[in-house]
Parts: sequence; structure tokens; C-alpha cells
Amino acid sequence: MEAQERAALEDKARTIRKMTIDEIGYLGVGHIGGAMSVIDILTVLYYKVMKIDAENPSWEERDKLVVSKGHAGPAVYAVLADKGYFPQSWLHTLNIGGTNLPSHCDMNRTPGIDFTTGSLGQGTSAAMGIALGDRMKDIDAYTYLIIGDGESQEGQVWEAAMFAAHYRLGKMIAFTDFNKMQIDGEVAAVMGIEDIMGKWSGFGWHVQRIDGHDVGQISDAIAAAQQEQERPSMIICDTIKGKGFFPGEGKVGSHSMAFDYARAQEAIAQLEQEGSR
Amino acid sequence: MKALNEYTDMRAVYADTLIELAGEDERVVALDADLIAANGTAEFRRLYPQRMINVGVAEANMVGVAAGLSSRGFIPFASTFGCFATRRAFDQFFLSANYARRQVKLIGTDPGVTAQFNGGTHMPFCDMSLMRVIPDLVVVDAADTVSLYKLLRQVYAHPGCVYMRMHRKGAMTIYEEDQEVTLGKGIVISDGSDVTLIASGMVMVAEAIKAEQLLSAEGISAAVIDMHTIKPLDEELVGTYAKKTRAVVTCENAQRIGGLGSAVSEYLSESCPTRMRRVGVHDEFGEVGTQQYLQERFGLTAEKIVSAAKELIALK
Repeated sequence: MEAQERAALEDKARTIRKMTIDEIGYLGVGHIGGAMSVIDILTVLYYKVMKIDAENPSWEERDKLVVSKGHAGPAVYAVLADKGYFPQSWLHTLNIGGTNLPSHCDMNRTPGIDFTTGSLGQGTSAAMGIALGDRMKDIDAYTYLIIGDGESQEGQVWEAAMFAAHYRLGKMIAFTDFNKMQIDGEVAAVMGIEDIMGKWSGFGWHVQRIDGHDVGQISDAIAAAQQEQERPSMIICDTIKGKGFFPGEGKVGSHSMAFDYARAQEAIAQLEQEGSR
Repeated sequence: MKALNEYTDMRAVYADTLIELAGEDERVVALDADLIAANGTAEFRRLYPQRMINVGVAEANMVGVAAGLSSRGFIPFASTFGCFATRRAFDQFFLSANYARRQVKLIGTDPGVTAQFNGGTHMPFCDMSLMRVIPDLVVVDAADTVSLYKLLRQVYAHPGCVYMRMHRKGAMTIYEEDQEVTLGKGIVISDGSDVTLIASGMVMVAEAIKAEQLLSAEGISAAVIDMHTIKPLDEELVGTYAKKTRAVVTCENAQRIGGLGSAVSEYLSESCPTRMRRVGVHDEFGEVGTQQYLQERFGLTAEKIVSAAKELIALK
């Protein structure tokens, strides 16, 4: 990736991180850890890769994204607000009664959300249905899917994995946000998922493993995945839970964390300093 | 399709209706979980191979894929045995299909005792109870070939999710082809003044009709209602007949907890308190046996309906 493009994407990711911290901090509690860890993936998808139109969220030919780890909703909302799917002022309504931005992604409430998720594992099957449906309609579009590492313990993920390979869903490109942590502790301690590459490979998927915070690697991996016509692709992204939210970065407790708005502003200031270095 | 009274299996009516709908509307797709042969949709697969999606033995994934297809504008009919459709894939149907406001038509076959030799593991006694608690879901159990055909066409047109119970083997034709059948509206099979028998599904509508004849022979006039749509319940019809006969017996091939009997009693207890008896399975698991054995074992017979009706009349 050219240095200029890399800098622009990194800058955008930093903006989305600041918006996400502000959004959750305004409410005072939220799934900050798993939101922050997917932001570089979301940034490359929304600002470089995906064929979308914020003016027409239901455009038939668009690429679709299912965020099966639905609790990363706040990060997606920051991107969608930045892209103009809805006013940025909505971000301060996160989880307030009657909001259009609920904790977990809801296609019926939020413009730009392609599928409702929240019960882990379910977004995987829905994404396969979307990918199959687009192929049946001869729509030339990719379906992207983001799952969590803890989520990979759900049996439904593997039912869907088997399905995608059997139906040769070559336009399915999935990411595992492997931040190594889940609610009860480290993934390896709660219910280890390694050999994660071997698992996906054994299910018939094209598999890559990258640094999930390196926009260049994310971009290259997506390009390689797009070359695969017959097999669905899984990109295992090694990430850090809470990445960029310094009070919670790399901490199990960041899955759902309470922090007040002043603390959020301090964290945002810290991120800005990082950007100026 | 051939004349509806010529069908000898309900699953054939389902398959032919699905083929008819698929011919009219390219959005109609079918999914199954390794039970295409059992559910009788092999001909659909032959005619529309790209539109029949076999997911293998993975019901949760089937419902999720159906929900995804629905979000791309398809109208998926997903079928499997009723026990797996409702118990195994409950959360997927609840969230990915219903909460997400998709249009998934879930078909659960081998209702109640008709699971016969597959036994307790495969015997859906609680499918209706499970489905009734899902907000806005339409829950259907057709008793005859004509109503199955007409209801399936309305299930297809309904802009939301539906759970439909369906008999696979054997068929019954009660109605003429021109019978008016409307989703959410019960059908009065016979009028009566002493007691009302409200039944759903092929097994218990047949038993209710038999019970009406037995009661008639004893000079008791029983109304028989085919309540093919359990949810939304035809409250107007229930209320009218409760007032008219002041005695209601519900008849269901399912758990009494949460099913047709519950639906009727919930309505009547609040709006028109009426003495009732609920003929159905009394909080038990299923087991193996012939349908006849199982109907007797679980009390799903015309004789049970008759004695329930007489009890109520004696209390008047």
C-alpha cells in the first residue's frame, strides 16, 4: 500500500476510534473492547473496499456486511455516521430508549446495517444466505462477515462454514476478530479455538492470517481473497481488545466497561497525541 | 395440480403448491435439512434445482440461511420435522427470522402423534406452544387438503414469518374446492347449540367430527370448528360460539400447555368466561407406537372429546 493511502486510512481509523469512544463514553458504558478491535477492518472495508452508497443504503448491487459479533455495533455506527448514513448527532443516542442505535446491530432501525445480529453465531448463517441470494440473482457483489473469536465457539458458525464451502460461495469474505479475549477471560483459557487456521482450512475455506491493525495487510488480504472464485475466504485478524482505548486496551474487562464522559475525553486526547507523533 | 380430493398425502399437496408458487414467483425458494425425500419436495428440486437448498443436517443454519435469503428479497419455505424446526432452531427462528422482521415460512412436519415410530425424540408436542410466544408470528395447522392448499397460498402472501405444522403421510379432504378459507378465520364445519368443539390439525379435526356424530346419536348438538390458525386466534368466532353454547372443548394433537386450548382459554377467561375442557397431551413426552396406540395413550380420541363435552353439559 502506498504511504499516502496508508496514512489516510490510519487517520480515518483514528477518527472512527475517537468517535466510538465518544459515543460509548457519552452513555457511560458499553462494549468498547470488541468495538475498538474491529475498527481497522471496518475502515479498510468502508473507506477502500466496499461498493456502497450512503445515499441509497438498500441499493441492490451493493456489497453487504454482516457484523455477526453484533456487540461491535457502536464501531459500525461511528463509521456509518461518518459516511453520512445518518446524522452524527445520533451517536449520542446509543442505547437510549427509542434510539435507532441499539447495542447490537439492527437492520430495521439503523440505515446501513445489512443484518440484525446479537445472538452469537447467527450472523454467519444469515451472511451465507445473503451471499447465496446475490449469486442466485446474478448480482456481482461481495458479502463480508465479521465474527468474534469467542463467537467461534458457537456450533452454528461451523454449520455455516460447511455450508459456504459446499455451495462454493466464492464471494464470501469473512474476518475473525481474534483479540484473544472473551467475557470470562482469555479465549485460550475459556475454550481455546486454535488451530483456527487449520479449522477453517479443514472446512474448505481459503485462509489467511494477518495483523488486524495493519491497514495494508487487511487490504492485501482482501485483494487475495477476492482472487478466490470457488472457495469462501477467512481472514484471521490478530487484534488487541480495546485497541486505542488506553484505559481498556488489552484488558479482559474491556468487553463491556463503564467509563464516564470525562474519562472518554482523556482517552480521545491520548489517541490524538498518538496521531501527532 | 390435480383435484385436491385426489391427494393421498398432505406432503404432496405441499410440494405441488410450492411448485405452483415457484412457477408464478421467482422469489419462492425451498430449504430442507436432509429431509427432502421425507417431506416430499423431490419434484420441486427436479424442477427448480437452483431454488432448492439442502443444508444437510443443520436446522439452525437452515433457518439462518433462509433469513439471509429473505433479506435479499426471496420468500423461503424451510421445512424439517416439527420437533427440529421449533426446538432445535428456536433462537435462529426467533431472532434471525422474526426479530429481524424477515419473511421465513417454517414448515414443521410430523405433528404430534403422527411421528409414530420415530418416538419421543421426534414427537412435536410443544411446537405450537413454542411458536405461539414469538411476537407477531402466524401459527397454522391445516386439517385438510383444500385448506392446506388455500392456506399455503396465503402463507406465501403474508408479509412476515409463519410457522405451519404439516402432516406428511395420509390426507383428509373435508371441504369442497370452493370452500372459503382465510388465514386467521376459523371454519364452522357443523353448527350446534349444546357444546362447541374447537379443533386444529388433521388428527383432531377428524376426531372432533367423529365426536360430533357420537354426541348427535345421544341427542347432543355439537358445533365443530376447524381452528386452522392458532395465532392470531379468531376471537370473534370463539366468542360467538362460547356465548351460544356455553361449553367449549378444545382438541389438539399437542401439549395442552401453550397451544390451541391455552389460546382459547386465555381469550375466553378475559372476555367471555366459559366452562372449558382441553383435550390434548397432559404435560408428557412422546413415545413410540402406532398412531392409533398413541392417540389412545395420550387421550386424543373422539371418545375423550365426547366425555369432556358431556362433563361440561352436566355442569350447566
